[in-house]
Amino acid sequence: MAAIGPLLQTEALHKAFGGLQAVQGVDLRVDPGEIRAIIGPNGAGKTTLVGMISGRVRPTSGRVLFDGRDITAAPAHARVALGIVSTFQLTNIYGNLSVYANVALAVQRRRLRSAFDILRPDDPLLAGEVQSALEEVGLPTAWDLPAGVLPHGHQRLLEMAMALALRPQLLILDEPTQGLDPDESAALTALIRRIADRVTVLLVEHNLEVVLGLSHRITVMDRGSIIAEGTPGEIEANPDVQRVYLGQ
Amino acid sequence: MTRGNGRRALVLHLAVLLALLILQVFLPPFHHGMVARIMVLATYAIGYNLLLGYAGLMSLGHAMFFATGVYGAGLMVYHLDLGPAAAFLVGIAASTLVAAAVGLLTLRTTGVAFLIVTMMFAQVFYLSTLLFSRITGGDQGLVLTGHLQPLRLGGLKLALADPGVKYNVALATLAACLLVNLWLVRSPAGRVLVAIRENEERTRMLGYNTAAYRLLALIASGAIAGTAGAVYALLFSYVGSTFASILYSIYPLLWVLLGGAGTTVGPLIGAGLMAYIVDAASGLTSSYLLVVGLALVVLVMKFPAGLAGALRARWWRWLP
Amino acid sequence: MRIVNVAHGEFYMLGAVGAWVVSQATGSFLLALVAAPAVAGAVALAADRFVLRPLRYAPGATIVATIGLLYIIQQAVLSLYGPEARPVVAPVTFTVQFPWFGYSGYKLMVGSLAALLLGATWLVVDRTTLGLYMRATQQDPQMAQAFGVPVDRIYAATYALGGVLAASAGVLIVPVQQAHYLMGLDALLLSFMVVIIGGLGSLKGTMVAALLMGLIDGAVSIFFSPTLARIIASGLVALVLVFRRGGLFGAQPV
Repeated sequence: MAAIGPLLQTEALHKAFGGLQAVQGVDLRVDPGEIRAIIGPNGAGKTTLVGMISGRVRPTSGRVLFDGRDITAAPAHARVALGIVSTFQLTNIYGNLSVYANVALAVQRRRLRSAFDILRPDDPLLAGEVQSALEEVGLPTAWDLPAGVLPHGHQRLLEMAMALALRPQLLILDEPTQGLDPDESAALTALIRRIADRVTVLLVEHNLEVVLGLSHRITVMDRGSIIAEGTPGEIEANPDVQRVYLGQ
Repeated sequence: MTRGNGRRALVLHLAVLLALLILQVFLPPFHHGMVARIMVLATYAIGYNLLLGYAGLMSLGHAMFFATGVYGAGLMVYHLDLGPAAAFLVGIAASTLVAAAVGLLTLRTTGVAFLIVTMMFAQVFYLSTLLFSRITGGDQGLVLTGHLQPLRLGGLKLALADPGVKYNVALATLAACLLVNLWLVRSPAGRVLVAIRENEERTRMLGYNTAAYRLLALIASGAIAGTAGAVYALLFSYVGSTFASILYSIYPLLWVLLGGAGTTVGPLIGAGLMAYIVDAASGLTSSYLLVVGLALVVLVMKFPAGLAGALRARWWRWLP
Repeated sequence: MRIVNVAHGEFYMLGAVGAWVVSQATGSFLLALVAAPAVAGAVALAADRFVLRPLRYAPGATIVATIGLLYIIQQAVLSLYGPEARPVVAPVTFTVQFPWFGYSGYKLMVGSLAALLLGATWLVVDRTTLGLYMRATQQDPQMAQAFGVPVDRIYAATYALGGVLAASAGVLIVPVQQAHYLMGLDALLLSFMVVIIGGLGSLKGTMVAALLMGLIDGAVSIFFSPTLARIIASGLVALVLVFRRGGLFGAQPV
């Protein structure tokens, strides 16, 4: 990590859906190694903002820079190859495919080097990497089960295993603890903290307890703009934030 | 279909092919010819299944690729007196090109729009074979007998009209396409196609250029369909616009649904079964296509996974 | 309804064949114009009740099932009615004499009746409760259901209405074209083309597209060949779907 300067930077990022300004003029800087949370009330534009970073949403204007490169025009799948990986608000796995196949899809993507690789048969290393990805998130080995029959908490972990198997530089987690019980939520938080030494994490989260305990810095959005940014302590003390977000 | 099942699947496929090889000794002439035809049509179905069963794209225009193979090979023989091997290669090359062109145009469409676009392109192709009937023979078609030279293999001269040659050329075509297909669907690319079928957006967010994979699937599918078409023209010495008509786009859909979409052996089962059902029905009534209609409705309502799909769900989880 | 009904052309064929049967039996064209669409509507209702509804109108399954229905209806007619093309005498035989050419009175009558049907359809869809329910169901079936729309019955009614309209067109066309069991496929392709070029769910677009296609077809057929006209039309539909999903006049994408 000799590189100085941000891993991710957005410049004057705008997104309008028809007449609705979902995101307006966001300048965001995320340094390598950070766990950064984005919080804000519903409709603040958080998901749209991370959508523009992952490439699912095309900005109306502005730029996205990753590791110093302008990736504003890069399609979503190319950004994954660069190291930007996302998980989604609603758990997004292949319910009809086996647990193994779900993770294998991620592992083989990372291992693709040339176009010919897509026709080469699986090698034994693939299975090993699938196994270590599943072990890392602590999923019991139920490889041949269709992923859709796993309990919800395990599906979340499977999604994390898929994301980590891509070996991201920047991992975008959109509401990762949504729908989890407190134990599962704590386990997931521990996992995020564990991986943070090698992955920069951008976290969109409603659960303030999770956010305050986990993140290095917090960005607060309201009505499409950033209204505050700082350490958890600063954000807790910020009167603006208390007004719009904590409703006090 | 995870680990260690690859060998079992390969053995199954080789056993099926071996059975077909041995079968020819025992088959009476009528069934001998019938099975030869079924093997070529099953090859066509294999191509169709690659797109429907694995990539999840339903086409109603595959007759265009099959017929490109038919005409590509047949017209070379009829007009230019090309040898069968060269004509065969022209047929494959032409259908691959047509599939690539159609694929590039339809890249942005999926679902129902893809279905209608392919149907309309196939309609353009079909009507063109009628419009240029001086070259294609139109509705009447062209009989290749008299233009078709024997197939030269080393020092051997094989007359394609000979039943034994016919059977074994059909078997070789089926074997090649069945095994290529098996290899394709078990490769990383096959896994990606299944992923696209299940959830395209998710697959894109795993870093796959899904449009490129869909294009690849369509080209491979069209090329296999065209291979079947080229062999069909050469073995049965006839080209005609029937092969481009919508019925020939519906047939592979039916075969694949009957045998089981997304299974490698399903197309062979479906094509074989349907050929015998249609044969039996056409002996009874001139409205034999009624069977096609009933089969489609019953399949989609009661057995959406098809025969091989049901086998896989019940007993053989490893069936690719 | 947002389903692709591949069997649509067969209802048109049923109308034409029904018209021949009824006018043969009773000699009344007017009766045919009522009875044949009623029969087609009944067939459509049965198809909806026993095939489409159990499939929950899932897009892929519906397409496969309606391909099946296409062959069932077509082949049933083949075995009952036979492979011959049979004419029906037009109910009116006068010719309207324009200064420069004559025009058959019947064709003018067909034109006005078709316009009448179009107007009636528009009224039903745009101005009645049934039409409102139809549009609501098409937008969002679950929501419509929640608001008390009898979604199942609306689907059935919409599907049957489609069948009745197609059959009416079939009846009207027989005196010009003869009734034949294979006539449905061409009609199906033509209706796909018109609807896609006009934009889905847009009656106005449909009408403009039909006129446009008629003109292109007429002009190219006269100067070149009918086959070329249909090649151009099919290609146009494919390109519209690829490049302008909402049709030429912009409606909902396919």
